[in-house]
Parts: sequence; C-alpha cells; structure tokens
Amino acid sequence: MAQDTDNASAVRTSGFRFGRLFERIALLVVWAVLIALYGAAMPQSFLNWGNFAILFASYAPAAMLALAIIVPLTAGDYDLSVGATLTLCSAIIGVLNVWQQWPILLVLAVALAVGVLAGLVNALFILFFRIPSLVVTLGTTSVMTGLAQWITNSSTIGGIDNGLVMAVVGGRLFGVPYAFYYALGTAIVMWYVFDYTPLGRRLLFVGRGREVARLNGIAVDKVRLGALIASGVLSAAAGILYAGVLGSADPYSGLNFLLPAFAAAFLGATTILPGRFNPWGVIIAVYFLATGITGLTMLGIPLWVTNVFNGGALILAVTLSQLTRGREAIEIG
Amino acid sequence: MSTLSTPLSDVATGPGAAMPLPVLHVTNIAKNFGGAKALAGISFEVFPGEVHGLLGKNGSGKSTLVKILAGFHAPDPGGKLEFNGQAVDLPLKAGDFRRLGMSFVHQNLGLAPSLTVLENLRFADLTTKPAPFINWRNERKAAAEALGRFGLTIDPDERVSQLSPVERALLAIVRAFEEIRAECAATGKPGLVLLDEPTPFLPREGVDKLFALMRSIAATSSSIIFISHDIEEVMAITDRITVLRDGIVAGELKTADATHEQVVELIVGRSLAKRAAAVHAEIERLEPFVRIENLAGGSLRETSFAVGRGEILGLTGLIGSGYEQAPYLIFGARPCRSGTIHLMTNLAPIPIAYMSPDRALALDFALLPGDRQNAGGVDGLPIVDNMLLPDVTRFFRGGFLRRGAMMREAHALGTRYEVRPNDPAAKLSTLSGGNAQKVLIARWMNRKPRLLLLDEPTQGVDVGTRVQIYAALKAASASGTAIVCASSDAEQLAEICDRVLVFAKGKICRELTGAELTKDGVAEACYVSLDVAGGAQVRAVAG
Repeated sequence: MAQDTDNASAVRTSGFRFGRLFERIALLVVWAVLIALYGAAMPQSFLNWGNFAILFASYAPAAMLALAIIVPLTAGDYDLSVGATLTLCSAIIGVLNVWQQWPILLVLAVALAVGVLAGLVNALFILFFRIPSLVVTLGTTSVMTGLAQWITNSSTIGGIDNGLVMAVVGGRLFGVPYAFYYALGTAIVMWYVFDYTPLGRRLLFVGRGREVARLNGIAVDKVRLGALIASGVLSAAAGILYAGVLGSADPYSGLNFLLPAFAAAFLGATTILPGRFNPWGVIIAVYFLATGITGLTMLGIPLWVTNVFNGGALILAVTLSQLTRGREAIEIG
Repeated sequence: MSTLSTPLSDVATGPGAAMPLPVLHVTNIAKNFGGAKALAGISFEVFPGEVHGLLGKNGSGKSTLVKILAGFHAPDPGGKLEFNGQAVDLPLKAGDFRRLGMSFVHQNLGLAPSLTVLENLRFADLTTKPAPFINWRNERKAAAEALGRFGLTIDPDERVSQLSPVERALLAIVRAFEEIRAECAATGKPGLVLLDEPTPFLPREGVDKLFALMRSIAATSSSIIFISHDIEEVMAITDRITVLRDGIVAGELKTADATHEQVVELIVGRSLAKRAAAVHAEIERLEPFVRIENLAGGSLRETSFAVGRGEILGLTGLIGSGYEQAPYLIFGARPCRSGTIHLMTNLAPIPIAYMSPDRALALDFALLPGDRQNAGGVDGLPIVDNMLLPDVTRFFRGGFLRRGAMMREAHALGTRYEVRPNDPAAKLSTLSGGNAQKVLIARWMNRKPRLLLLDEPTQGVDVGTRVQIYAALKAASASGTAIVCASSDAEQLAEICDRVLVFAKGKICRELTGAELTKDGVAEACYVSLDVAGGAQVRAVAG
C-alpha cells in the first residue's frame, strides 16, 4: 500500500517536474528573448560585448542593493531604507575621502559602520517599539537622504581616491569590470548561507512563520536584527560600489536604484527557486531589468519611460511572485 | 398569513400562558458533514420574553445550530424554521437573521477595541444607512439612550479597549439588541438575541450584571437564547433549558422544576455516579519525572501537579477553565505569573519565568501546539524542513547543510509515522490535516523528548490518523517519555491517558484514574467540577 502511494507520487512529480523546470528558467528565457529583440532592432550598437560590459558594471550597485533587500524580506521585514543607506554611504565616502582627506580604507570602514548603524536604528524601532518595518524604513529613508544632502551641501563630490575606482572598474575579468564580480561574490556567499547553513533555515522560518519559529526555539528577534544589520552593511557595500563606479559621490541619484532593486528582489523570487527570495534569481532579475532599461534608452525613448518601466516592473514582479507562491498572501511586516 | 399575527399583549405573558406563538420554532433541522451527523433532526421552541438555555457537550451540535441560524451552514432538506409563526426559506442567507429580528453575540464579542463605545454601538447603522453625513450629536444621544435604557453607565466616548471585560460583554449584548430593536418596533413582533458563551472569561461578579441585562431585554418581550457550559449559570437565569446530545434534543426542562443532576445527566447521557466528595489527594504511582508547582498564567491559577516517567497525563475542563494554558506556560511560550519546575534529574528547581522555548528544548521538552497552521508548521515550506527544524544544526557538517541526509531522515520518519504521501520535498500544504499533524508528531518524537506537551493533538484529524497518533504517543510513553496532553475531547482522554486532571475556574478540581477514567466519567467530571469550584457563589447571586 505504502509502495503504491510512493509510486503514484513519483509519477505525479515527474509529470510536473517539466513545468517546474520551465518555471525556474522562464525569466532567463524571457531575458534571452529581450536581448534577441533589441539585437534585431540595433544589431550594431546593442549586440556588442562592450555594451554588456558597461551594463554589468553600472548595475552592480543595484544588484548589491537587491541582494541586501532579500535578507530582511526573507525574514519577513521590509527594508526600504537600503537606497538611502547607499546614498548616505557614498556621500560619506566623498566627504571624508575628498574633503577631509581621510585614507580610503579607513573611509570604507566608516561607510560599512554607518551601514551597521542604519540597520541598528531600523531594528530598534521595528523590534523594540514594534513599529511596522514599512513605516520605519520609509522614515529612515528620508532621514538618511536628508543627512546625505546636508553633509555634501547637496553637491556632487568628485575626485574620490583612485584606488577605489581602480578596484571597482579599473580592471576586467572576461571583459567585465570587477564591480560585477563583487555583486556575484556576494550572491555566492548568500546562496551558501541561505541554502547550506542552519542560519538560512532559521531565516526562512522566521519569515514564513514567526510563531512556528519561536516555538522551535529560534530567537526570532535576534534573527530579524541580524537580517536588518546585514541589509544595512550590504547596502553600504552597494554605496561603496556606486562611489567607485562613478568616481564621485552623488547625494541624489542613489535613490533611483531603489525601485529596480525591489522589483528585482520580487522578480527574482519567481525564478531559480520559485516562491522564495533567492540570490541567483535576484542577479538574473537585476540584469533582466537593466537590459530592458538600457535597450529602451538606446532606442531613444524619453527618460520618463524609465520611471514607468521601473514602477510597472515592480508591480508585475510582486504579482508574479505572489502567483508562484500559489496566491498565498505575502506576509511581510 | 394574517391569521398568524398575535397581539403583543398576549405574547408578552410568556411561557406558562396558553401556548403563545413562539418567536423561534425549529422543526426537524438536520445537518450532515460528509457522513458525520452533526445534527440529526432537532426541534424546539423559544417563546416571547423567555430566556432559553441551550446546553450540550462539545460536538453535541450547538455550534452547528448557531451557524445554521446565522446563515453560515445550509441545513439538510426537510427541516423547518419559523419566526413568529412565519416560515422562512431555508437555507438562510448570511445576514438574513437581522431582517428576521435575530442577532448574535459570539464569544469574541466582535467589538473593535480601538474605536469608541459610540462607534461600536452604532457601527451597523452608520455603515449601512445611506445618509449623506453622520450627525454625531444625534448618534451620541441615541447611544446614551440605548445604554441608559438598561441602566448602564458607560461613557459613549470611551474607547472599548479601556472598558472592563464585563462592560465589553454588556456593550456587545446591548448592541445586539439595538440591532433588532428597530426591526421589532416596525413589525410589532418580538426579536431574539442569541448569546453564544459570553461568560466563560468573565469574573463571577460580572455575570450577575449580565443576567440583569438579559432580564431587562426579556422584559421587553423579546427572547434570549443563552448558550453556556456553565450549568449553574444556565439554571440561575433561564426559564427553560434545551439539552442537545449527539445531534438530537436529549431533553427539555422547565428550569424551575429541574435539578442540577438532571441537567448533567441529560448532557452526559447516563445516570450520575456517586459524586466524589472532595478533590483527590495527589497520588504518585509512577516514578515522578517532573513536578510543576504553583503554575499560574492567563486564566490558570496556582496549580501544582506531577508527571511520571512514561505517564500520559490528561488535562481537561470546560472552556475558560484554563487547563489549555498549562503546556504553553511550562514550555515558556507564554508569560506566566508564577511557577517552578522541579525536574527529578535537576537538583535546582527552575522558575517558569526563566523558561523560553529554546531553554525548554535544551531540557528535552517538546510542545505540539493546538494551532497547527500558525504555530505548528509552515504550510508553504517543504515537509523536510518542517520536520527537522529544531534539529537542523545536526545536519550541518563540514560547513554544509547535508540536504541528502535530511531528505533520507525525513523520508524514514515519514515511513515510520505513516505520512502519506511520503514526499519530504513537497510543501507541508500538500498534506491533509491529519498527515500534517503526523509530520509535526514525527518532528518531536524524533528528538526523544523527556517531557512532551500536547494541546489538542488530534483536533481536526480523521479517525484513522487519530489511531496512529495514539499509537505514537503510547510508544513514546513506553520508552519513558512523560506526556502532558491538554484536550477537550473526553473520548480521547479516556483512551490514551493514565490519569486526567479536571480543571475549573483555573484550578484542579478532580483527578480521574482507573475505573473513573471513561469518556462519560471525564465529561461528567467537567460539569460537576464547575459546581464544586464556583457554584455556591452563583447560587448566592441568583438568590
């Protein structure tokens, strides 16, 4: 009897295994189709490796930011402040390194420490005062954006230490600037933590069932605190990449990454491991969106289309990720 | 149908007068749930101005009846419902009850704590009446009148969260009556307020205020159906009592002529054994493993008991008696007021305030919560992860989580605890309720706990699975695990427990062992214990 049931389930799983596989790589296929379409429209300018090399490097901060977002998202908290943390950290790098002449390594350490601090402040209000994460991080976004404008006098600071610029975009591996590989390395580390450590399991259960996690002896608040600090540090790292890619600190443009990064986080949850926020899905989704925007820009479509594209992509991505979870409501607070 | 209209003055004389037209006349209402008979054709009448008690054990059909009246369930064809002599089309649609002059107060009261008394009271009118704007001055006046009509001194602008539990219950009942008052005034016919266990969490002194309010409502010739587990309360306030048992009307009594014993007999369904005179002294037959002393938290008051190695100890009682809190308090999953754990293997006693789930796990305790969906397992995650969640570090070797080993162990556990289909990679949500519960049982059994705490382990589980779960529990106790099982299911307790503690009003009132430990014995003890614990006070109030 048990044998029969097992066989039956084996048949059933192989039946939908193909559908499952397609779901997992669907985004890659769509990405390939998108590249083919743009390639057909602009064979010279779009389909060349230089174009893609620039795309991979210039969206590395966005990729890092999207990776930052999925840590607290997996633990069940929104962190909208990642964009502002990126902006503030790159501003701090500009101010301390260019204006105050601090050595670059010390400045980078300060930037990462600010990321930790941002995570701690968010956690204080989310975990200690029990305020919804959406509200807290919306508030800290505005606070940090304001601080970034204050310390930079609302100006772009050029002339950041060449060491940083060289480390980020100075060299290339397989024709792609280093910046991309920092994001890739982060994705690998996160893949390991998410899928191959007990911590990853705890993170997942804290996000999906707080009470279940608590009754299984998991220190839920500690896990959430860790996730918020991780997103702070990772978005500080994204700020470092951004400063390196630009060679300057811009107190305004960093927030532009927020929407595509969130869209990528949710879109990434529809691929590779459908139904879960996962780092490989994020990397694919970021560069899928980047390809879409770059192509549109190269076709000469006006700038406002970027906003429409990003916003539309976010809503579509959340809808798709909801559908892949079998219409379970996403319980994130 | 004009022949049916009866002058209100005649009706208002209430029961005892020559056959007044009943407000509610239920005839042969039945309901099957996939072969299981919840109601096997019941008939009864509620007369104008009457407070009518509805009693019965869990599963006797009370809640099914309430849900049919509320339009939540469709009854099986063949039954009939009449309101004030007027037959109504079955099934009722949700919300129909209000048009018929009936309203409900459920146990959770359905109040919005963050809104004011006024807003709660006028909620239904304010949201349904098509008015261009809300005249707050008039609304406040109407609310004050409604409260004043029953002599209640509750400030309409007070937030409901600031009210005492008793005031909240009073407010909910006044609101229920207000909802049908206009309807009744328009038709000139009496209405019906159905109170579904509003009292278990109220202090004794609050209950008489509730009773006074119920009497004033009945004085307006509207009727009340009062559902409660508390026989003393029902006997103190009702005019007549209908007792349901196993989906039929076991008996109808005129309260004035009924004795407490008669009512218990009707509920339980057999003659009463000679009632034990006093609470049994604690007997320790088995080698004791853990002694709990002065445990208090939630509605549980200072309680002490011991569990032996290999013993299955049942905790039970009526709703509100607090027994179901014990497993969570011992596990450190809910805040306690006091208590210590004396483990025979530990020299120092452990204050329960110090306990937390991770510390409990470190002591080899395990807790299977009653709320499987929200506290037991995560539906959207794979069975393997749910099953091995507390053990996950064991599979972390050489820097990597050994997925293969986890799958093998989960599969072996699935085979052992007969999880069907046994596919550890599938989501927990793909399993039936019973199989999901087996996954959670397997999770805890796999840890070979020394103390296993259970809350309603077979709730919503099919009969076959129930047998498998019992077998698993028996096997665990045979290997020395001490098991504490909180349950409202008398049959289950009688079947698996070595000893059952019966709670009432937050305290242990009876200890059942040996020959007393039968399904009926447990059910009876629940009702009789309540009498022991608080009956005297109610009698004083009623008198």
